[in-house]
Amino acid sequence: MKKEQVPQDEGNLSKSNMKELIYATDEKGNYTTALSTGWEPKTIALTNSIEEINERVAAAKNQVKNGEVSPIVYFMEFHKMDPVILSSYVGMWKWRVKRHFRPKIFARLSDKILQKYADTFAISIEELKNFKAE
Amino acid sequence: METGFTHHQSAHCENGVASNLLKHNGLNISEPMVFGIGSGLFFVYLPFIKVNYAPAISYRPMPGQIFNKLAKRLGLKIKREKFSSTANAVKALDENLKNNIPSGLQVGVYNLTYFPDEYRFHFNAHNLVVYGKTATDYLISDPVMETVTTLTHDELNKVRFAKGAFAPRGQMYYPIRIPENVDLKGAIVKGIKNTCRDMLAPVPIIGVQGIRFVARKIRKWPIQHGTKKANHYLAQIVRMQEEIGTGGGGFRFIYAAFLQEAAVILADESLRELSLEMTAIGDLWRDFAVNASRVYKNRSTQEDVYNTLSDELLSIADKEEAFFKKLRDTIKKY
Repeated sequence: MKKEQVPQDEGNLSKSNMKELIYATDEKGNYTTALSTGWEPKTIALTNSIEEINERVAAAKNQVKNGEVSPIVYFMEFHKMDPVILSSYVGMWKWRVKRHFRPKIFARLSDKILQKYADTFAISIEELKNFKAE
Repeated sequence: METGFTHHQSAHCENGVASNLLKHNGLNISEPMVFGIGSGLFFVYLPFIKVNYAPAISYRPMPGQIFNKLAKRLGLKIKREKFSSTANAVKALDENLKNNIPSGLQVGVYNLTYFPDEYRFHFNAHNLVVYGKTATDYLISDPVMETVTTLTHDELNKVRFAKGAFAPRGQMYYPIRIPENVDLKGAIVKGIKNTCRDMLAPVPIIGVQGIRFVARKIRKWPIQHGTKKANHYLAQIVRMQEEIGTGGGGFRFIYAAFLQEAAVILADESLRELSLEMTAIGDLWRDFAVNASRVYKNRSTQEDVYNTLSDELLSIADKEEAFFKKLRDTIKKY
């Protein structure tokens, strides 16, 4: 890539005034570096992933509302986690975490267990227990 | 406490940390040099591991390997420590800062507060340097940022003990011995040979073969998984390829820059020509990213576009195979 071709598109980085470093060639074909504000294909790819996550969060919210899953699922999706990541944060086996997704099981959890989830999501036990999906 | 550290921005975090730490310790080595000697160019496709609900693709070796290989090839000694408790991790880092040793850390990205929200995923193989401490903050040199930044004590502990795949477990590293004279030529040759071996490995998921594997999969994705999932997978390839901290197309340009530097040090004009060829391949990767992004942006449902993308990737694989064979033959004589 030539230095003058280094993309300067509006992107997720330019919003927060960040620029990334790119290696590119100058007019003599020698390598040098240039700063880039962003590149459209990357922005599209990232936007696609963010949309995907937002859809998952919305779906989880709906399921909590309908009493199909416990609030843990909503907060897990909100924090871009999956059951594997969540289980390593709370220090429990994945199957146990998945069990806690069931509203009936969730209702019976001790404060000690709930605290682990609350800490992971940086909220209080009350916020976790009383989460109303509205 | 401050250690008088000079921050240089880099394209990739691990190269950047290595280059910055070594420069601080008196060994002037550029980011492309670190990348080339440490054999940073790689490709592996791991369909059985899912990242963000899509198959994992990596354009780089395991975290820490670039710096380790570089150290071995230049005869440097790097100290690496992992910790089981936060308290010990804090103590060791503070001790280092007191002794004027800027230290590299492996961290998780999710809680890096200075990153834009969109970039904060559960990705644990990011690297940065801590070069000082104040009453409330740690002074941070993150090589992908233009300037230095800070994290509060709590924030740094959080990112050092991020959980999930490649959990950093507080990992800290810093050079403890740098020889007066390093054998740059020998190290370059070893680095190149290693990369040729990796990229031409007779393993279906690694190197050129791995790229072909993905290319053939792309053809099947829309039939196997439906277009929505296929598009999500494609987006993941592009993100892995071009995003901060990973790199793929961008990596080809760093590698080309390395070959150009190597051509001067080894006084070998043919490496300069190969550098041009690598640049052309890097451009092809970028074209692929452009075309792939068009597919998932327009949510195109024709099967044909996936076939075109697949062919494009196959032709990149052919070019890379030819390239690395030529590079292998060129470097044989050393």
